[in-house]
Amino acid sequence: MVTLTLPDAAAPTEGAGAEAAGTSTIDLGTAPVRELNQALHDAVDGQSWTVTSPGGRHSLAVGITADIDVAIEGHAGYYAAGMHQKGSVTITGNAGVGLAENIMSGTVHVTGDASQSAAATGHGGLVVIDGNAGARCGISMKGVDIVVGGSIGHMSAFMAQAGRLVVCGDAGDALGDSIYEARIYVRGSVASLGADCIEKPMTPEHLDELAGLLAAAGRTDSPADFKRYGSARKLYHFNVHNSTSY
Amino acid sequence: MTLPPVQQDAPAHIPAPHAPAPNTAESGLRESATFDRATIADIQRAAATGVYDIRGWGAKRKVPHFDDLLFLGASMSRYPLEGYREKCDTDVVLGDRHASRPLHLQTPVTIAGMSFGALSANAKEALGRGASEVGTSTTTGDGGMTPEERGQSRHLVYQYLPSRYGMNPDDLRKADAIEIVLGQGAKPGGGGMLLGQKITERVAGMRTLPVGIDQRSASRHPDWTGPDDLEIKIGELREITDWRTPVYVKIGASRPYYDTALAVKSGADVVVVDGMQGGTAATQQVFIENVGIPTLAAIPQAVQALQELGVHRKVQLIVSGGIRTGADVAKALALGADAVAIGTAALIALGDNDPRYAADYSALGSAAGFYDDFQDGRDPAGITTQDPDLALRLDPVAGGRRLANYLRVLTMEAQTIARACGKSHLHNLEPEDLVALTIEASAMARVPLAGTSWIPGAG
Repeated sequence: MVTLTLPDAAAPTEGAGAEAAGTSTIDLGTAPVRELNQALHDAVDGQSWTVTSPGGRHSLAVGITADIDVAIEGHAGYYAAGMHQKGSVTITGNAGVGLAENIMSGTVHVTGDASQSAAATGHGGLVVIDGNAGARCGISMKGVDIVVGGSIGHMSAFMAQAGRLVVCGDAGDALGDSIYEARIYVRGSVASLGADCIEKPMTPEHLDELAGLLAAAGRTDSPADFKRYGSARKLYHFNVHNSTSY
Repeated sequence: MTLPPVQQDAPAHIPAPHAPAPNTAESGLRESATFDRATIADIQRAAATGVYDIRGWGAKRKVPHFDDLLFLGASMSRYPLEGYREKCDTDVVLGDRHASRPLHLQTPVTIAGMSFGALSANAKEALGRGASEVGTSTTTGDGGMTPEERGQSRHLVYQYLPSRYGMNPDDLRKADAIEIVLGQGAKPGGGGMLLGQKITERVAGMRTLPVGIDQRSASRHPDWTGPDDLEIKIGELREITDWRTPVYVKIGASRPYYDTALAVKSGADVVVVDGMQGGTAATQQVFIENVGIPTLAAIPQAVQALQELGVHRKVQLIVSGGIRTGADVAKALALGADAVAIGTAALIALGDNDPRYAADYSALGSAAGFYDDFQDGRDPAGITTQDPDLALRLDPVAGGRRLANYLRVLTMEAQTIARACGKSHLHNLEPEDLVALTIEASAMARVPLAGTSWIPGAG
């Protein structure tokens, strides 16, 4: 059974119809991940949940569909907040591979570092990583916004289709390789750009957009310090003369 | 040497299938086995265009196949069932290893994954209608799930692909099974491809891509690499679906022994093995014809892996790639598969390569029976197209009825053979019921050469 510590009110009952009632705590030192996720899938809008002793377990708080706030106090393993759809998940610690993969909307916030493929294929929502992110951050992103306080690894935003990736530190090799219509903002250095990714001018529209993203992530960096990168759109159609570009 | 006139008139990339063969006996013309006319046309086409040939369909080269196997009907030593009277069941349960809601299908012939984008919305609807009518499953493809497809499919398998185009957790939860696609038989190791002429506004919108671009999908998943990661990924999918939904792992046949074992280790409920004859909507011809192994060679390797792990019939095996008849179905099952999947054959049942469109095929430089330019979007049968006028040529209700007819025939044919072998369920067919006609097929299928007890490579 889920071990529930209820500081404020009665335990939320399973299934729809339960009233939001304070913050429920699930201790993964004793409860299995299955019970955590089932409880979150049965949750109703407005509830708050605290997860203690996560111990780097995988698939924590995945597939959330209700407007709830989940606080994970410690490190999470692979696919934390995977396919997130509503509400917020905050991880006070580091996150493993595939943080918030395929996020649709809502917010996921990691106070530490995130491993590879953070926010991979995300369709929407906001992913904030206060620390660094590993390789392939924002790979195949499809509309998600990602703000990384530190630096990101190689092959980030590979085949990025839509959305915005903001990097307050540096970017690794092959940034934005085969990028489509996503926008990348980097404050620090870029080790190298991938195929078809180029630096683009910052217009007032982009400065506004970036300012909004930084504000949403609770950051104070100046948009004027960033450079913008995006697609040269030269590889959108297959052409034999481009075969040496890959 | 002067070529026959018809060769000069034919489009460079088409080996003029309807052209009369030159009369070699009278003229002394000798065609090279190495540089045959199709090969010469390929070289000419490559020299003219500077780009490789992309096409649909699967491998067209001749490879050892189910045709090279025969059944040993019952007589004295085995007891047959009455062909028209005694029961021979055909149902199959897929995904009961870990999932609380496995699929229970009435026939072991399922419909393979084909995308909306590669196929028209009408074609997808027709596949759903036909499959549902006979109680079997159909499968989405790259690009997500359409409402037409979900609405008309009683059992719908949702493909989870490297591109994750249109991947939506709401659809994932609506699916009756999830198929994690690592590859397909037409191109093990290759990613998807959908050329600009088929990227209409709706297709582009579903995939979050600019309209009209040439889409070349990734060949590796973006957030996991290798079987250890896959195990965690499957765990995530199970958590999101509350352990209800079966999880398949689909591989293109290249090293099916190891890949099947690793899929089982990763926690798959069902392993799907697609041989090199399996179809594609768009792939480089050199890839289709030269990568992967025949379906016949893949099945025994996959079955061996399942048996060694003690999960044969517990982790179900679905085999695809070149299934055409009930005999093929029965042979695949006898070799140890739990079910089969059809793609190309299903499209033919809908109306693909129908001679009634002979004039249209000819206008495209092809002919009924040869048309494979599924990448091109100008399919006269209205199946592999996004052109609204062409798509209207396929009535989804009539197409669905033809597919249901065909699925019934496949099932009845397989039953006929199973009864003759004395089997009261298709799953009771076994390798012992089979012999091979050729040494190659014998070695690959691991059944004896007909009239002998010899299996090359065994013992």
